[in-house]
Amino acid sequence: MDVAVFWVLAVLAVAGAVMVFRFDSMARATFSLLASLLCVGGLVVLLGLDYLGIVIVLMMTIEMAIMAVFMVMYMMNPAGLMPMTMIHNKKGAAVVCGLVFALLAAGILLAPWPARRGKAPADPTMELGMSLMGPQMLTMMTLGMALFATIVATVVLATRRGRYDRFGDDLRARRADDPVRGGVGR
Amino acid sequence: MVERTPLWAVFVLPALLVGAALVTAGFDAVLAAGARRGRPGSLRETAVRAVEPGRQVLRHLVQQPRRTRASDLPLARIGAGLLPVAAVLAAVVLPLGFRSVSDLPEGIVWFNAMEALAWAAVWLAGWGPNSTLSLIGGYRFLAQGLAYELPHMLAITTAALGAESLRVGEVVDAQAGLWFVVWMPVAFVIYLLSAMAMAFWGPFDQPAGRDVAGGAGAELSGADRVLFLGGRWLLLVVAAAFSVPLFLGGGHGPLLPGWAWTVLKTAAVLAFLVGVRRAIPTVRMERYLELAWVVLTPLAIVQALVVAVVVLNR
Repeated sequence: MDVAVFWVLAVLAVAGAVMVFRFDSMARATFSLLASLLCVGGLVVLLGLDYLGIVIVLMMTIEMAIMAVFMVMYMMNPAGLMPMTMIHNKKGAAVVCGLVFALLAAGILLAPWPARRGKAPADPTMELGMSLMGPQMLTMMTLGMALFATIVATVVLATRRGRYDRFGDDLRARRADDPVRGGVGR
Repeated sequence: MVERTPLWAVFVLPALLVGAALVTAGFDAVLAAGARRGRPGSLRETAVRAVEPGRQVLRHLVQQPRRTRASDLPLARIGAGLLPVAAVLAAVVLPLGFRSVSDLPEGIVWFNAMEALAWAAVWLAGWGPNSTLSLIGGYRFLAQGLAYELPHMLAITTAALGAESLRVGEVVDAQAGLWFVVWMPVAFVIYLLSAMAMAFWGPFDQPAGRDVAGGAGAELSGADRVLFLGGRWLLLVVAAAFSVPLFLGGGHGPLLPGWAWTVLKTAAVLAFLVGVRRAIPTVRMERYLELAWVVLTPLAIVQALVVAVVVLNR
C-alpha cells in the first residue's frame, strides 16, 4: 500500500514539475507547481512526518496563491492572452540541468548510506525537531529574528511613502495623509 | 477520548454537511425575505422561502451553461470544484459528539491547511473565466486572506496551547470542566471573524460582492456555480462547526448526548453568524487588513501569552 502511494505521489510530483515548464500560461504553471509541491507534502506524510507534511501543504498553498499574484504582476504580458514560456536560454539551461541531475544522481548512488540502527522513534516529528532545534535553539531564534528584521527592512526600503509623506515634514500632522484610509481610522 | 469511526462515516459526512448548509442557506433566505418586506411572512411563505436555495440549485443544474471567450475552463473548473472539496476535507477532523471521521494527531494544522486551499480555489475560479470582474473578486480574496489568516492562526494555536495538543479530540477533552471560550474570549471572537472571512461571507463578502457583479463567481454557471456557491456555504458551516470543539466544549454538556450538544452548539453559532450578516455592513478588505494587523494580531498574541502562562503554571 505504502509503495503504491509512494509511486503515485512521486509520479504526480514529477509530472507536475515537468508541466510547469510545458504550460504556456502563468496561472497554469503556478498551480502545476502547487500540485507538485502538494504531492511532495504527501510523500513527507508517508515518511511518518505527518506534522511536517501537513505544514508543507499549508505553507505551499498560501505561498503559491501569493506567488500567482507576483508572477502575473511581473509578466511581460499580464493578461496572459499570448502564449508565454517558462524556459529561457534553452541550451545553457539544459546543460546546467543535466549536470545538476548527474551530480545528484551520482551522490545518491555513491554515498555510503548508514544502515538502520535501533527502531524508528514513536514520534519522528518530535525527534526531528529536537535534533534540529534542541542544541541550537539560540541559533534558530537569532535566525528567526534576522529573517524578520530583513522582511521589515525590505518593506521599509521598498515603500514609496515614508512617515514624512504621511505626517508632514515636521511629523506634526494629527492625521496621516494616506491615499487609502485604513480600518483603524488613522 | 475520541473513538474510532466506521468507514461509512466517510460517506455520511459530506451528506450531513450539505444538509446543514442547505438548512443554513434556507434560514438566511427566510431572514432576507423578512427584512425585505419589513415583517415576517405567513407560515406558507416562510416554507417557500426556506426551500428557495434548494430550488436555485436545481435551476442552476438544468440551466444552459455560459462560456466566456478565451477562458481557461480547466482552471475555473478546478477552482470551483476545489472549494467544496476543501470544506469536506477540513471537516474530516470535526468531532460529532466525541467521534470524528479521523482524529489526526495534527488535526488543527490539518484544518488550517485544508481551509487554506480555498485561497487557491477562489483565485482560480476568478482567473479562469478571463473576465475582469471575476478576476477582481479572486484578487480581493487573496488580499482578504492576508488580512484574516494571521490572527486566525494565532487564535486556533491558542486553543491548541490550552489543551497542549494539536489533536482535536484532546482539545475537546481539555474542556470537560471549563470551556475555552471562558478564558480565551478574544481568540474565540477572532476565530468567528476569520470564519466569516474565510468563507468570504457576511461582512467579508467583497470577493464575491455585488459591486463587482458577483466577483469570483460572476461568470460561473451551471454545475460550476452550484459547486462554488455551495462550497462557500459548506466552508461557512465547517468553519462555524469547528469553533465548537475548539472553544465551546465540543460534545460536553449536561443531560443530552454528545452529538446533540455538538449539533445544538453548531446551530447556535451558525444562527449567530447569519444574524451578524443582517446587522453588519460589508467591510472592505483594506480596512480589515489594518484592523487585523494593528489591533487583532497583538490582541491574539496577548491572549496566547496569557494562556501560555496559565498552562506553564498548571
